[in-house]
Amino acid sequence: MTCLPKMTDKKLGLVIDLDTCVGCHACVVSCKGWNTENYGAPLADQDAYGEMPVGTFLNRVHSYEVQPEDGLAQLVHLPKSCLHCDDAPCVTVCPTGASYKRTEDGIVLVNETDCIGCGLCAWACPYGARELDGAEKVMKKCTLCVDRIYNENLPQEDRIPACVRTCPSGARHFGDLGDPNSDVSKLVAERGGMDLMPELGTKPVNKYLPPRPKDQLSSDQTPTQSLQAQADNPAGFFAWLDRTLEKL
Amino acid sequence: MHPAPSVILFTSLSGVGFGLLFFLGLGMPAPVGLNAFIFYAIGYVFAVGGLLFSTFHLGHPERAIKAFTQWRSSWLSREAWLAVIALCVTGVAAVGQIFFETRLAIVSYAGAALCLLTVFSTAMIYRQLATVPRWHTPMTPVLFLTYAVAGGALLSGQVGIAQPVLGLLGALQIFAWIQGDGAFARSGSTLASATGLGTNGSVRAFEPPHTGTNYLLQEFVYVVGRKHAAKLRLIAIILLSGLPIVLLVLPFNHMFAALAVLTHVAGVLVSRWLFFAQAEHVVGLYYGKRG
Repeated sequence: MTCLPKMTDKKLGLVIDLDTCVGCHACVVSCKGWNTENYGAPLADQDAYGEMPVGTFLNRVHSYEVQPEDGLAQLVHLPKSCLHCDDAPCVTVCPTGASYKRTEDGIVLVNETDCIGCGLCAWACPYGARELDGAEKVMKKCTLCVDRIYNENLPQEDRIPACVRTCPSGARHFGDLGDPNSDVSKLVAERGGMDLMPELGTKPVNKYLPPRPKDQLSSDQTPTQSLQAQADNPAGFFAWLDRTLEKL
Repeated sequence: MHPAPSVILFTSLSGVGFGLLFFLGLGMPAPVGLNAFIFYAIGYVFAVGGLLFSTFHLGHPERAIKAFTQWRSSWLSREAWLAVIALCVTGVAAVGQIFFETRLAIVSYAGAALCLLTVFSTAMIYRQLATVPRWHTPMTPVLFLTYAVAGGALLSGQVGIAQPVLGLLGALQIFAWIQGDGAFARSGSTLASATGLGTNGSVRAFEPPHTGTNYLLQEFVYVVGRKHAAKLRLIAIILLSGLPIVLLVLPFNHMFAALAVLTHVAGVLVSRWLFFAQAEHVVGLYYGKRG
């Protein structure tokens, strides 16, 4: 049923630390690997070794430059996957019931045998979290590795989403965001976790931790400023060279 | 948005078809026998033909029957139901007029109302999407309904109604274009809100996640045609509204009437192409497009 549950017992989701992410795309690769070999249709590529390769991914890492009014530009890497929204617009538009939000843990899933591949859910998602698979013609999206997190055949430490397990910089955290005492909820409270496009009212479960404020360098401490200072007030050999060249 | 031919043909043709069936339901005209058959056949060819085109858009058309299950939440599912019910109810009225030379007034009026409701539900599929600010306005259903009534009036030969409605349609379409051009900016979604990084400074897309294209770019970040949008808008208005009005003002002639229908439908197709090609999805923000 594509009506959304009034509430879910848990709100399983990810907390992604934009301060720590180094933009290595390891989460993208591990996600593609796990989800190609496990739950549902594989994530297909077309023309993988040709001129115009395209493929289905459930997680993608964008990189942005943030230029403060005063100071140095920063590079921020932003991994983006399904945010498992509380008010998921992708679910309610689905005509077949293929898309649904689970009452027990809030994970948004697609039942691929019911999906007609109309694409309307991808139209309704602001985040580009859903991609129609080029080979299977069904909608693919992050499952929060539902086939890992409850999988008793895996060792305990592997019962987390593949992207979280893989992240070498510890930028990805998994847990119950509905429980205010969970580690992830505390992290969100402590670091001022935020929603992407809050104005659209999707109420994402996944949160992003903003980059921490950088050390404030005084104006003569920034790399370019100190170089300028050297050029303006040369010392030693360069001072002699400067004086000599001036005389010519 | 990617202007898929299947969706353009579906919304355009089914709109015209349900528009004609709406007027036949109102008894304007109320033909019987062979005449009724021809009128209803044209309506059904447009309406059903349009609906068939919509299935070409699907990845798995063989499962299309499942689209009838989620009418409680999904406008697409509601549209499927309304289309089938409208065609069935109108079909009963058609059988009465074609084979029994009887107009079943209540059935006909119910069919007319259902035809308009079907067009309304088609429009709501687009209107509901907050992700496409240009569509996320009451103007979308208003326009779709006016398109259907104008096309229906033209096909059913209601010249007195067709003329003012075609004029109204042209005015509404121009208003919708002007309003739509500022919709994205008014929506409040920016690269800053999309990334949450706006408080630290101005945000610029530095490096995309992939060097090639993907489903999202092909489907939502479509840019072809923007260059000629102004010309295409002019062409659309002339074809869908201007020329048909002129042709209807001229002394009545079947050739002129047919020509008016043809130019109108051509104009609808151009404007519907623009409806999709000019629609900007907010996901483009993540790729440094828009704004």
